[in-house]
Amino acid sequence: MKIVTLSKSNLLPFLEASRSFGELHAPLKRGEKSCAFAKVEDLADIQVGCLRTILPPKKYFMPPEQTMFAFSPQGYVPVNEEEGKRYVLFGLHPCDIHGIKILDLVFSGKYTDTYYFERRKHVAIIGLDCIPDQHCFCNSMGTYFTEDGFDLFLSDIGDRYMVMVGTSLGDDMVNASHHLFGEVDERAKEEFKRRSNARREHFAVDVETWGLPEIFDLEYESDLWKDAGDKCLSCGACSMVCPTCYCYDVLDILELNAQQGARKRRWDSCLFKDYALVAGGHNFRKERSSRVKNRFFHKQRGFVAEYGRPACTGCGRCIEACPADINIIELITKLRSETHV
Amino acid sequence: MSDHVPKDNPYQPHLARIVRILPQIPDHRLFQLRFEDEEVARNFKHRPGQFVELSVLGTGEAPISISSSPTRPGVLELCVRKVGRVTEALFRLPVDSLIGIRGPYGNGYPVEEMEGHNLLLVAGGLGMAPLRSLLWYAMDNRSKFKDIILMYGARVPGDMLFKYELLGLLDQPDITCLLTVDRDDTGRWPAHIGVVPKLFDKVELDPKTTIAAVCGPPVMYKFVLQKLLERNFSKDHILMSLERKMKCGVGKCGHCAIGYKYTCLDGPIFTYWDVINLPEVV
Repeated sequence: MKIVTLSKSNLLPFLEASRSFGELHAPLKRGEKSCAFAKVEDLADIQVGCLRTILPPKKYFMPPEQTMFAFSPQGYVPVNEEEGKRYVLFGLHPCDIHGIKILDLVFSGKYTDTYYFERRKHVAIIGLDCIPDQHCFCNSMGTYFTEDGFDLFLSDIGDRYMVMVGTSLGDDMVNASHHLFGEVDERAKEEFKRRSNARREHFAVDVETWGLPEIFDLEYESDLWKDAGDKCLSCGACSMVCPTCYCYDVLDILELNAQQGARKRRWDSCLFKDYALVAGGHNFRKERSSRVKNRFFHKQRGFVAEYGRPACTGCGRCIEACPADINIIELITKLRSETHV
Repeated sequence: MSDHVPKDNPYQPHLARIVRILPQIPDHRLFQLRFEDEEVARNFKHRPGQFVELSVLGTGEAPISISSSPTRPGVLELCVRKVGRVTEALFRLPVDSLIGIRGPYGNGYPVEEMEGHNLLLVAGGLGMAPLRSLLWYAMDNRSKFKDIILMYGARVPGDMLFKYELLGLLDQPDITCLLTVDRDDTGRWPAHIGVVPKLFDKVELDPKTTIAAVCGPPVMYKFVLQKLLERNFSKDHILMSLERKMKCGVGKCGHCAIGYKYTCLDGPIFTYWDVINLPEVV
């Protein structure tokens, strides 16, 4: 991999120059403590130190609501909402990049989701490393670092960033601002290694994930699921903020003439009561506890069987967003201890 | 580079015309469909047990299993029960209307692996809809299979799907067709009376050389499975078809996930061994 350095004072000039590759989006301040990925007007607004945005970057590839196509009595008409608009996304932490890699897995395969990849190929990703807080458990989920999934990745090494160039597009971006970048010297190497090792010490939690699929199988009937179901409000917040939740609902919206319309899809959640309801009225998961269990089960057990890895990045958003204080770290820890008793 | 949705967009339905509607029993109709685009029609190849996503413009989509056999191409047949929003809208459409179809989806029956075996088809109610595709596939490839036994039950004679077609099989020498009704309210029913599991007493079954395909309401599965297991059928020689809200049909929308599997990609046909290891199957 090509590696260069970028002095911190050159970051904003570089981001300014990157606008020629697409509309620049980065974490901006929302509430007192919250940040969200949004269009950057003034570079000074970028929250470089933001840890966890409210929504993960999946919203750029899989918008909360999206038109799939229009229809009329004569048939179906393709529509494209954004006409290949290009974005440069700055400030994605390794967990968020892993989240996108997981969505890439889901939306590719035998049937490629053309809407997702149309957007995906128009977004340049500039990653940034971070220092975890008490909700982060990316160290446990193996998403603490990423070797790919970005065009450029910046690691803080004091007064500079170490910049990994991941793609040909990333290389173009560096070359377009080559005067801002420097060589990797011995001091940079040493500092990168020192900080990489030191980052592990910041984690407040370390969830054991070995054997987790088996533990989920063994504890399928555990009372812990009932307890979680009693607390859960079925609000779906955990799914909306999750970087790997991809479920969607499809609906036809008719115009007033009742002839033309559009088929749209929008984010759905397996916590919602009618999620597993079939025509005829049978609901395969009418209990809240079965819905909570299904969500965690799918992420930590079902997805592993399907794709060989859990659909969880340890970003901590579900913990932060849950109004009922349902905490996946606690749940996993308790399930594990039940198995060991 | 075109930024339009590419032609191979898996979500975009193809237009199909309703060429004939054959009323079956109350709230059940057989829709015969033809794709508008000849190339689409030519390229549509399915295996028994697969399903399509049927669109009624402005109402939405629903997964419907294919009732016609791939050995009889040209017309696609879907046996539909009026049970939800989309099917209710479909029932309001007259012949010649255009609807949307995409697919075929799902794994379908492993017909190549079933070749050389006896086939036991066990259906109850609307379960005959997907099994009809397998039935006619096997009959049209008769030399590839050993004995073929069909067991099908309905509540009353008036509730039996494909009744006349199936009655025609009663005296065919190359199939054992056992039709039953829970009760005969006509006084003219020519076949058996009683529930489907009772039909097992009428036939000899060799579990080593027979593959069973079972499709019906949950209550039927319980007793049919019991009969099959009593006769020492291996759990992976029992094929079942599962129902879920298969919204996208292509493993993306998440709705049909059961534990480890997507019903739309890994199913809807599962072996009994697969099913007993899946949580929340019924």
